[in-house]
Amino acid sequence: MAISTPKSTTFLKLRSQYNKPNSLFHLNSQTCIPFSLKSSSMATHAVASSTLGLSETFAKLKKEGKVAFIPYITAGDPDLSTTAEALKVLGSCGSDIIELGVPYSDPLADGPVIQAAATRALARGTNFDSILNMLNEVVPQLSCPIALFTYYNPILKRIEKFMVTVKEVGVHGLVVPDVPLEETEILRREASKHKIELVLLTTPTTPKERMKSIVEATEGFLYLVSSIGVTGARASVSGKVQSLLKEIKAESSKPVAVGFGISQPEHVKQVAGWGADGVIVGSAMVKILGDAKSSEEGLKELAEFTKSLKSALL
Amino acid sequence: MAAAFTTTTPAPNSSSSSPFLNHFRSSQSPLLQFKKTGPKPLTISCVIAKPSSVQMGSVQDESSVLQRPDSLGRFGKYGGKYVPETLMYALTELESAFKALATDHEFQKELDGILKDYVGRESPLYFAERLTEHYKRPNGEGPEIYLKREDLNHTGAHKINNAVAQALLAKKLGKERIIAETGAGQHGVATATVCARFGLKCIIYMGAQDMERQALNVFRMKLLGAEVRAVHSGTATLKDATSEAIRDWVTNVETTHYILGSVAGPHPYPMMVREFHAVIGKETRKQALEKWGGKPDVLVACVGGGSNAMGLFHEFVDDKEVRLIGVEAAGFGLDSGKHAATLTKGEVGVLHGAMSYLLQDDDGQIIEPHSISAGLDYPGVGPEHSFLKDLGRAEYYSITDEEALEAFKRLSRLEGIIPALETSHALAYLEKLCPTLPNGTKVVLNCSGRGDKDVHTAIKYLQV
Repeated sequence: MAISTPKSTTFLKLRSQYNKPNSLFHLNSQTCIPFSLKSSSMATHAVASSTLGLSETFAKLKKEGKVAFIPYITAGDPDLSTTAEALKVLGSCGSDIIELGVPYSDPLADGPVIQAAATRALARGTNFDSILNMLNEVVPQLSCPIALFTYYNPILKRIEKFMVTVKEVGVHGLVVPDVPLEETEILRREASKHKIELVLLTTPTTPKERMKSIVEATEGFLYLVSSIGVTGARASVSGKVQSLLKEIKAESSKPVAVGFGISQPEHVKQVAGWGADGVIVGSAMVKILGDAKSSEEGLKELAEFTKSLKSALL
Repeated sequence: MAAAFTTTTPAPNSSSSSPFLNHFRSSQSPLLQFKKTGPKPLTISCVIAKPSSVQMGSVQDESSVLQRPDSLGRFGKYGGKYVPETLMYALTELESAFKALATDHEFQKELDGILKDYVGRESPLYFAERLTEHYKRPNGEGPEIYLKREDLNHTGAHKINNAVAQALLAKKLGKERIIAETGAGQHGVATATVCARFGLKCIIYMGAQDMERQALNVFRMKLLGAEVRAVHSGTATLKDATSEAIRDWVTNVETTHYILGSVAGPHPYPMMVREFHAVIGKETRKQALEKWGGKPDVLVACVGGGSNAMGLFHEFVDDKEVRLIGVEAAGFGLDSGKHAATLTKGEVGVLHGAMSYLLQDDDGQIIEPHSISAGLDYPGVGPEHSFLKDLGRAEYYSITDEEALEAFKRLSRLEGIIPALETSHALAYLEKLCPTLPNGTKVVLNCSGRGDKDVHTAIKYLQV
């Protein structure tokens, strides 16, 4: 039902779902289950035929001579229905891949903006099941792939089930910032069983030999962390990124996306100019949604901001 | 990645036996044997990295070939390095520096000197006469209780052993900025103390909630020249302070050393912090031999992150006949949902860099624990404890706030020693343990800290 109708009607239909007291995103996840069962068969069809995976997306963009724009938002902040809308907004404004953060109680790699978003999301009762239910609805409506950004403990809690269920709702990739290369064996095995691409990270402190091993093992793309620190907007992008990109590209033809700290069109342009295959923008996006007076206002601002960043890549 | 190393040493003479140096070597033994061995030769020499090697004087048997930890920092499946990639190089660097210092006699001498003249080691092994009397049964039989007096160390707890060694290590690494997390404030005070002693810049992260209940320690840290940063995120307690310290380290890794206060966190910390506290067990062995010509039968210690317990236990892990008992905080009771009994009620997961038991909800979120004692109020536990528990080598129990407060009062009355509330948990367990022990059993309890810092908490609950 939701899939075949034109986009605007779908939007309205789903919106009214969210505003109902027993809406999909009510704290009680029991109400989510019947809904997802109903649409699950359609969702499976839709997922099977829809978006490309991460590597495929980069391959396609490369042919077109384009750089990927990859926004990040935290699921559940300010609430899951806004997240659902935000995903659609980001998709329609030209995002090539979207990173969706799973809120966690102890996010070690995150600065104050994303930390606060996670705390708010958790306080609202956001949990793994409710995020999956939301994705089950929204992913069929997106034309770009989703990668989940999550810490390891929530995965460990349900590791076999995790990969199966995220694949079922149409997620293509995974980024886990607190699992370094040595500890990825289990994750990689489970992810590849279910054809989920496990993206690995490299940073300015990673020695060259180690970087080589990481780029060899990464799937989807290589996440190059732009600075020594946690997530959070910075005034400028470190010049080190330019030399790191050169070094990585000398070793591998896998696509490299740069993230952490990028918050302005100028940054995006600069990083793309240095040779990045993708640019990731997180905290700046999260801040817009978190600071906005209302969901509608936040989504509007998000759309404008996304367009301004995307235009820097054109 | 495997940091294999071999050292051959001449038979150590008594004047140069650094507790840390000899201890570290013996712990690198590839074999962990649980069968009864004869008295260990005092000349512990070669440490060989290949698993097929045999320690001098012992027999390779069917027991598992286990390293604690292995080259990836794992104790069985526990431990490891689950941190952002940015920290990986710093951890490798730290591990290399630590291993190099194990064979650096200058470093050992300097450390020994500080432990003796500044910290006040060795700490006494004290026969608690009246406490022993208290546990005598009507027929006059009962165990003998000895207290290892870590409370008599400079700063009033065992924490300083590790802080002093890591500060020296930081200096060798050329790092001049030190960060630390703290719960009760004891590790924060110990870190601020050593930073004052060594002229290092010191920043302590403390949960805003903890700052309130340990206001005296906050003042102490500031008086010692440290900057105390309140952490308001999450639950504003120890776990959040630890997360924030890790974030600071991720951001400032090139200039900063993180003095982690317990045997938790990513490798090499659990191993390193254990080694720096292992002097506790080493001294205990020597003192037990002097006092009664034998080994302790039972070791008891409170467990928050697990550092004082590992410090006492480590020396004796291979002595199968020595019972190892860890006591955690049961807060308002194990079924109340308000406790910190990680090893009893927790599930395996990853927290602050290590795979270990931890308190988490159904979604995999870390939950806020509760204990009257801030130092035990940690939802995780050192990975080596998780390993020892699964192996059945150590036993873990828990004690409620109420029971701990009773023990706090009891030791004060019976021995004139006011123990820390953390230590009181171990003392409280004696009530359950002693009736089961045969006559003359030698019990050594780690008196990990003194309770001056806790009187204003106790005042709210105790009628004196």
